[in-house]
Amino acid sequence: MGNLILETSAIAEGICRFIIDAPRIAKKRKAGNFVIVRANEYAERIPLTIVDSDPDRGSITVIVQSAGKSTRLLNSLHAGDELADVAGPLGHPTLIENFGTAVCIGGGVGTAEVLPIARAAKAAGNEVISIIGARSQSLLILEAEMRETSDELYIVTDDGSYGRKGLVVDPLGDLIFEGRDPSVIYAIGPIPMMRAVAELTEPYNIKTFVSLNPVMIDGTGMCGGCRVVVDGKTRFACVDGPEFDAHQVDFNTLILRNRAYADEERLSLERFETEQVVRFEGLV
Amino acid sequence: MTSEHIKIRRTPKAPRQEMPCQLPLARRRNFCEVAIGFTEEQALLEAQRCINCKNPTCITGCPVEINIPHFIMSILNRDYIGAANIIREKNSLPAICGRVCQQEDQCERLCVNGIKGVPVGIGRLERFVADYQIDRGAFTAPAVARPTGKRVALVGSGPASLTAAGDLARMGHKVTVFEALHKLGGVLAYGIPEFRLPKSIVGTEIRQLENIGVEFVTSCVIGRTETVDELLDEEGYDAVFLATGAGLPYFLNLPGENLAGIYSANEFLTRVNLMKGYKFPEYDTPVRVGKRVAVLGAGNTAMDAARVALRLGPEKVYMIYRRSRAEVPARAEEVEHAREEGIEFMFLTNPTQFFGDTRGWVTGMEVIDMELTELDDSGRRRPVPIKGSERSFDVDTVIVAVGQGPNPLVQSTTPGLETTRWGNIVTDEKGLTSRPGLYAGGDVVRGGSTVILAMGDGKRAASAINEYLMTNGRHKN
Repeated sequence: MGNLILETSAIAEGICRFIIDAPRIAKKRKAGNFVIVRANEYAERIPLTIVDSDPDRGSITVIVQSAGKSTRLLNSLHAGDELADVAGPLGHPTLIENFGTAVCIGGGVGTAEVLPIARAAKAAGNEVISIIGARSQSLLILEAEMRETSDELYIVTDDGSYGRKGLVVDPLGDLIFEGRDPSVIYAIGPIPMMRAVAELTEPYNIKTFVSLNPVMIDGTGMCGGCRVVVDGKTRFACVDGPEFDAHQVDFNTLILRNRAYADEERLSLERFETEQVVRFEGLV
Repeated sequence: MTSEHIKIRRTPKAPRQEMPCQLPLARRRNFCEVAIGFTEEQALLEAQRCINCKNPTCITGCPVEINIPHFIMSILNRDYIGAANIIREKNSLPAICGRVCQQEDQCERLCVNGIKGVPVGIGRLERFVADYQIDRGAFTAPAVARPTGKRVALVGSGPASLTAAGDLARMGHKVTVFEALHKLGGVLAYGIPEFRLPKSIVGTEIRQLENIGVEFVTSCVIGRTETVDELLDEEGYDAVFLATGAGLPYFLNLPGENLAGIYSANEFLTRVNLMKGYKFPEYDTPVRVGKRVAVLGAGNTAMDAARVALRLGPEKVYMIYRRSRAEVPARAEEVEHAREEGIEFMFLTNPTQFFGDTRGWVTGMEVIDMELTELDDSGRRRPVPIKGSERSFDVDTVIVAVGQGPNPLVQSTTPGLETTRWGNIVTDEKGLTSRPGLYAGGDVVRGGSTVILAMGDGKRAASAINEYLMTNGRHKN
């Protein structure tokens, strides 16, 4: 059966956008939902946030950054290729109301995950202030889309190659100190970034949501591999989340559990890269 | 060959034929099937042990009421495919049941031979004829009734659904099975390991269902991709059968339980069976087993997890169970196989906490000795800890197999569906839920149970759904 890839485009260094045929999912998805994708018969099942959908075309959009083997494999595919399976929409949708002022923060490829939330927050009547960041300009994504949906947009890069030099918490801190009084914060990105945002907003008691990205297999609550600790309790990110109250998340457990298979991931990646080289040399 | 040429002997006192198995030392490190299956000669000798008694109590012990003496008679007539077809009249998955049913608690428990001697090996004979048929591809298309124009959606593709699918399709209804995972079979695919149930057999049985018009949709998560009400109102199904299984793993909520290297049995078995983690890196999903594995629990799932773990090469696999040997819930045969393979049992022992290293991997655990006291609600003696008996030892992999609950995705998105306080769907004896047109069966109703009881539920529900569709049916707006 499989799901056809309709379009692909590179949107930054090592980051690709896919438009995938998935009519049932396109009809149902809400901001915050994800899909589980398996590229081929040998591949892992990996969770990817649904960035956008087009119910008329019957398609969904996901954005993938090359990191390990599974993401590199996906990013080697083209329009016309077929994914073995796409299941979803999974997880709870983001909790969105007209809170007042919503700050949407995306770090790295996390910007792709925060874009649908910014759009939904805007549609719900919030003033949307967005902060997006990346290690450097070549890795920054979705600036135009975020600008279009935000009342204000702040850009930071670690190396200062574009926007303000620094971290996403810098403009967030300024907003808080200036008394902009955000009603809600959605922060998605690398774990250290999400933790830094949580630590900054907790003393001010600002409602803050983060989207957790533990290792997942089935994505339907069956395996418990994606368990995270929130408010001292074990929760399954796939069915209880993926978004949780940032002030209650045990980020240390998440970091340690996400590293569990680091050795195997390295082996898998090396093997994949060797295969790519062999394939390339075979063509020459 | 016709029956009149064969003189049938009946030898109830002859010894029961042993199941040929791979030797323990060989099989403990491979994923090939442990039990190899009867030879034809063995099947004939075992079949002769049936005395074809007037009142075949074995049939009442079978949740799907297979005509056991009749199929055994066919074996004696050397009509093995005929024997398989007799089973298929009641049971669409004979090669699966011949391998995983708890016959010792069902048909074989009521075999008359068992009163004074040893019961007939009914399960082994079932497997023999089912395999004989599969090996020769000698399937005869079952009679399918005239199309009724009614459509039934089955949620989940485990044994309850597969059974209901076969029955409903033969009754002339259009059947669609929705599976959340990418592979069909439910627990037969993700749970039961290859060495106990080869996946090719599950595939063969599913193809038989496709041949009679059953449609399968994978990667469709009912409760998320579609809700039950959408299936009824938008997709036009006339009835829905919910058989989503016991897919929610329980943990013990002990300190350290979220360390890496501590898996639920579901995760561990899914990584190995469904994702083929034992073939990493050929397959991308890894599974890591260290040198010393502890499996918590002693049910069939725990036994599967322990034996799978052993095959991934550790030095030691311990099964840790808080009650005594007498209360072990797993099948006797599985316990025996596990013991032969070198799995070590620690009875009357309960974990209390887990220890890890700075990388967050489990390195050890603490347990406490237990003793059995008065009877509890389950009719078993209650285990209580013996104060001061705590002790610790090194483990680098822990598999938690202390039970599973029902996955809540369907229940939480289907208004008006009555559930127990554990989240199991409530049904009457025919499988009807609190909502007309919605039926349920298998583990989502029973809690963690067995393949054959799930199949029995599938059968009863199929017959109730048929009656519902063919009499009043659903009032469409």
